[in-house]
Amino acid sequence: MQYSTFAAITIDSYDVFLEIFEISKKQGIHSIDKIRHRMELGKDIYTLGKISPVMEEELCRVLADFVRIMEGYKVDDYRAVAVSSIREAENSLFVLGKIRQLTGLHVTVLSNSEQRFLGYKALAAMEENFNKIIEKGTAIIDLDGGSLQISLFDKDALVTTQNIRMGNLRVRERLSGVINETTHYESLVEEFIWNEVTSFKKMYLKDRKIENIILLGDLFTDTVFQNMEEKVTKIISGENFTNWYQKVIRQSPMELAVKLGIPLENASLMYPSVVIYKCLIDMMGAERIWIPGTHLPRGIAYEYAEQNRILKGDHNFENDILMAAKNIGKRYAVNRAHVQNLDMIATAVFDAMKRVHGLGKRERLLLQMAVMLHDVGKYISLNNVAESSYNIIMSNEIIGLSHIEREMIALIAKFNTKRLPSYEELVMESSLSVEQYLLVAQLTAIVRLANALDRSHYQKITAIRASLKERELIMNLTVNRDFTLEQGLCQEKLDFFYEVFSVQPVLKLKRQM
Amino acid sequence: MDYTPYKKAEYYRNRELSWISFDERVLNEARDKSIPLFERLKFLSITSSNLDEFYMVRVASLKDMVHAGYAKPDIAGMTAKEQLSAISEHTHELVQLQYSTYNRSAVPALEHVGLTIISEHEKLTKEQAEYVDAYFEENIYPVLTPMAMDSARPFPLIRNKSLNIGALVRKKDDGLLAKASRKEKKNDSEEKKNKEKELEFATVQVPSGLPRFILLPADAESGQKYCILLEEVIERNIGKLFLSYDVVCAHPYRIMRNADLTIDEDEASDLLKEIQKQLKKRQWGEVIRLEVEEQMDKRLLKLLKTEFAIEEEDLFRIPGPLDLTFLMKMYGLDGFDEYKIPKYTPAAVPALMNDDDIFTNIRKGDILLHHPYMTFDPVVQFVQQAAKDPDVLAIKQTLYRVSGNSPIIAALAQAAENGKQVSVLVELKARFDEENNIVWAKMLEKAGCHVIYGLLGLKTHSKITLVVRKEETGIRRYVHLGTGNYNDSTAKLYTDCGLLTCNAKIGEDATAVFNMLSGYSEPDSWNKLVVAPLWMKDRFLHLIAMEEEHARKGQKAHIIAKMNSLCDRDIIAALYSASAAGVKIDLIVRGICCLKVGIPGISENITVRSIVGNFLEHARIFYFYSNGKEELFMGSADWMPRNLEKRVEIVFPVEDEQIHREVMHILEIQLKDNVKASILQPDGKYVKPDKRGKALINSQGYFCEEAAQRAERPKKEIDERIFIPAESAEE
Repeated sequence: MQYSTFAAITIDSYDVFLEIFEISKKQGIHSIDKIRHRMELGKDIYTLGKISPVMEEELCRVLADFVRIMEGYKVDDYRAVAVSSIREAENSLFVLGKIRQLTGLHVTVLSNSEQRFLGYKALAAMEENFNKIIEKGTAIIDLDGGSLQISLFDKDALVTTQNIRMGNLRVRERLSGVINETTHYESLVEEFIWNEVTSFKKMYLKDRKIENIILLGDLFTDTVFQNMEEKVTKIISGENFTNWYQKVIRQSPMELAVKLGIPLENASLMYPSVVIYKCLIDMMGAERIWIPGTHLPRGIAYEYAEQNRILKGDHNFENDILMAAKNIGKRYAVNRAHVQNLDMIATAVFDAMKRVHGLGKRERLLLQMAVMLHDVGKYISLNNVAESSYNIIMSNEIIGLSHIEREMIALIAKFNTKRLPSYEELVMESSLSVEQYLLVAQLTAIVRLANALDRSHYQKITAIRASLKERELIMNLTVNRDFTLEQGLCQEKLDFFYEVFSVQPVLKLKRQM
Repeated sequence: MDYTPYKKAEYYRNRELSWISFDERVLNEARDKSIPLFERLKFLSITSSNLDEFYMVRVASLKDMVHAGYAKPDIAGMTAKEQLSAISEHTHELVQLQYSTYNRSAVPALEHVGLTIISEHEKLTKEQAEYVDAYFEENIYPVLTPMAMDSARPFPLIRNKSLNIGALVRKKDDGLLAKASRKEKKNDSEEKKNKEKELEFATVQVPSGLPRFILLPADAESGQKYCILLEEVIERNIGKLFLSYDVVCAHPYRIMRNADLTIDEDEASDLLKEIQKQLKKRQWGEVIRLEVEEQMDKRLLKLLKTEFAIEEEDLFRIPGPLDLTFLMKMYGLDGFDEYKIPKYTPAAVPALMNDDDIFTNIRKGDILLHHPYMTFDPVVQFVQQAAKDPDVLAIKQTLYRVSGNSPIIAALAQAAENGKQVSVLVELKARFDEENNIVWAKMLEKAGCHVIYGLLGLKTHSKITLVVRKEETGIRRYVHLGTGNYNDSTAKLYTDCGLLTCNAKIGEDATAVFNMLSGYSEPDSWNKLVVAPLWMKDRFLHLIAMEEEHARKGQKAHIIAKMNSLCDRDIIAALYSASAAGVKIDLIVRGICCLKVGIPGISENITVRSIVGNFLEHARIFYFYSNGKEELFMGSADWMPRNLEKRVEIVFPVEDEQIHREVMHILEIQLKDNVKASILQPDGKYVKPDKRGKALINSQGYFCEEAAQRAERPKKEIDERIFIPAESAEE
């Protein structure tokens, strides 16, 4: 049987974790070893703003040992990631450099949305019933040391995903100074997170009925939940949760640790965790709480399996990303018909140009995202759409996108109407590589062209057939109205397109009868 | 469950006194005339070495408590001081019995079978005396280091457990030394007055590197053999060591020091260094026992008592040779085979009697190993084959006590050299083996193994080996779990059980165990293994409580537990409570048992038996009827607080039906043993079971025969196999 051995390393705010997987077409993803080292990097980050030399040393030592263990398993590949909260450490780049130097490991820092997406991917890929569950109103609560991610699903589609910087370790550390002054720690936590939670409710819950809550993320609460029923279960009722909460909250961390057989550090983190869960469960009034016990490393392994074509899941993740973008568009009142028309034109151009640009599925997705969000800025200012769109995109979480991908989309939206600066000019304020800059230019050229072809926002083009003939992109457009405006004003965009691809778009019109 | 009513001090027996009863049971074997003479010598020797260890560890620890003013009573309500005084009384009795056995039974019996132990050098014949004197000159004299004490030289440091000859000496009148000192003296009458005071103390260590007894030429006519103890030969020649002195008296003595290795682990930044440091200290701990020849000169005894600061209760006047452990060496003498039990050769393991390699055999199904009835070789081969197998990625093992020249260590080193990832946890805190273990640990490190030096604050007592193999279908883990150490020498003497399995769930747990031992976090939950110190005690308490619940509902409830020692108060209280509820409890406890049987309304449903036989009972097996589920566990832990709370221990379930039956059979036979078992009585005494009208069952003998028969069966099948050609040769 063909199988790959893959290692996933995650550097979290409260632990460093190595999981070794065997991945095969036949058996899927199978975990064979899990090694966790507790170290509260988050404590340093949230209090000092950086990772202390002592922690840095310990981290390197542990990772070097992980490398030894990986070698022992003769792993075929690995991915090492640091969760988004590590980015908050002002010396995170130095630390990553040192890790590379001392252990040879290449660690990437995930954006929050990438991180959540991986966790979510693991969940969707591993749980057969996922698609069925999210047909009904479902919230995924993904809690880690640094923050809390709430993703809402309804009718099989992602409604929104929001990040609130209220992770269990962050809350514990922030409240550590006042904990001794109260006998009702839970009220303190509730008050502390209340503002964010109610804002979320106002904006996204409204009349939405949330029947299921899926708890994801922290590595211990799920086990505790699972063990609290006599038999291991993945689903518990809201009522059972409340009963259990009442029991837990009345015990000291020490008592919890002893009774539940968990380390004291985990017990101390369980307090903020359970209060946060309780607040959200009460607010949403969920009937069922689902604890799948799926974590980030599995998501990483799943992504590896997917990229290497070992596995293919049932769930359409691209659609989730597009839905997330669509929902942002909706919130900022974009012209839906215009966006749809642009999507048709832009993807037709992208596909026809494949031989020239050589770009893949992921870039096509970025193009679609850019199309969807290109004029969200109109919501803020009609005169300054470019900047406003850029700002809106940059400050919105889009699940599944890395930091750099989000920035590229924001830049495409910006340069849709503004001059594309030279690479030298752009890198003054962005961290794009040359390749990424070129990608921005290429996708901008396509968006600009598509946008010019619906200048009037009347969706005059009803069908498009594009093909490449030597240095020309022949675009056969079926239009249902007079096309003079678009034809007259598109030259500048055609020139830019030529400048980027050295391919001349040629418009051939066919009037729809 | 609230067990408070069952925790009254009167319901418990002091563990030290219970231990002394165990040594008495061993001594009983030495007194049992139905046992071949040389086997009895072995038991006598064991009582002696046992007592040494008991003093160095337990008595030392109680002394520490007294010094520290620790007045908290033990579970039986005795303070450390009270315990020490009771121990002194009981051990003095035990020693009296030991020497009465030696003098009245062993020595005459030996003489009867052709070996005379010459107890005093004065009893040597002229020829024998010449022989020993020559032996002294050639072999002993060169290695002796006599030491003296006077105003210029302080009392010498006497090594722990060493046998010494103490002497009072006086400068010879015509000696050079005396003359020289006389010159300095002004007043002759003063010299006379101080003559008594001039006695000086001198001591010489009986070299531990030389044989403790010397065989003398046998009587040519009768063939009778003679031997004399080394200290007698030295004593005879002691004048040669102090040429300018007159030896006034010379007598053997021996001391025991406080050897309790207490390490403040929080402060020890480097555990290895700390243990090495403590080892050095062990030589010079407080003296807690002084053994002297019964006839020792009073002046010499007084001096020793003063120098060693010994109280009367820690002084043992020995009516015979000190330190009877030499009898173990005597067992090895050639020519007395008829007075020994024929050496048992461990039988082959039926499941492994084929041409397949060990991994293939394990894949066929779990394999039970029952040592020493079955050979320990498969365990060694398990590591050896893993070391050579190209598909093996990693070998991980815990080592607590290993034999000298251990083949397992050699295989591990070879595996590392072959590029396998080898992780070994060497428990540096294994008492009395620290020095040995440091040597192994360093050797393994040198070979490229990843050596883990135990966990701070916890001794790793679990016995587990994990072999990770990359196979066609993916990674497969092979695990050996045992109740005894990875020591091929003691595996021939200790009864232990082991399980070879490739059960994926156990494999996963085994991986988690090693991750935990490497300092990583414990897993969120365990699949199969029960691991101390975090989960084991609660699990056992839960299992006992469940039996109690079943009994209360009128359902059948039964617990059988076999272990080395039982002294955990919580577990005992739970057992009392279960017994009171009607649970039938049968305990097979070799050594210490703080539980009392026959307390009305409390422990009437509990039986306790101790099996002391030719092999040392060592396996830990726990059975719970569990309303018909019949849960069975084996492992490394006793029901002692140290095992349940201060050690990393593993207990594993026996789930394979066939193996379950085999292990139950072991328990059943042990419960039927009426030869080597002694039954605990309500008064704390152990008595042999009533054999009248019953077939005699010696469980150890039974298992020996059974293992041999089982090993014979597959062999027979192979021998009897006839190959029939498919066609006749002519055709």
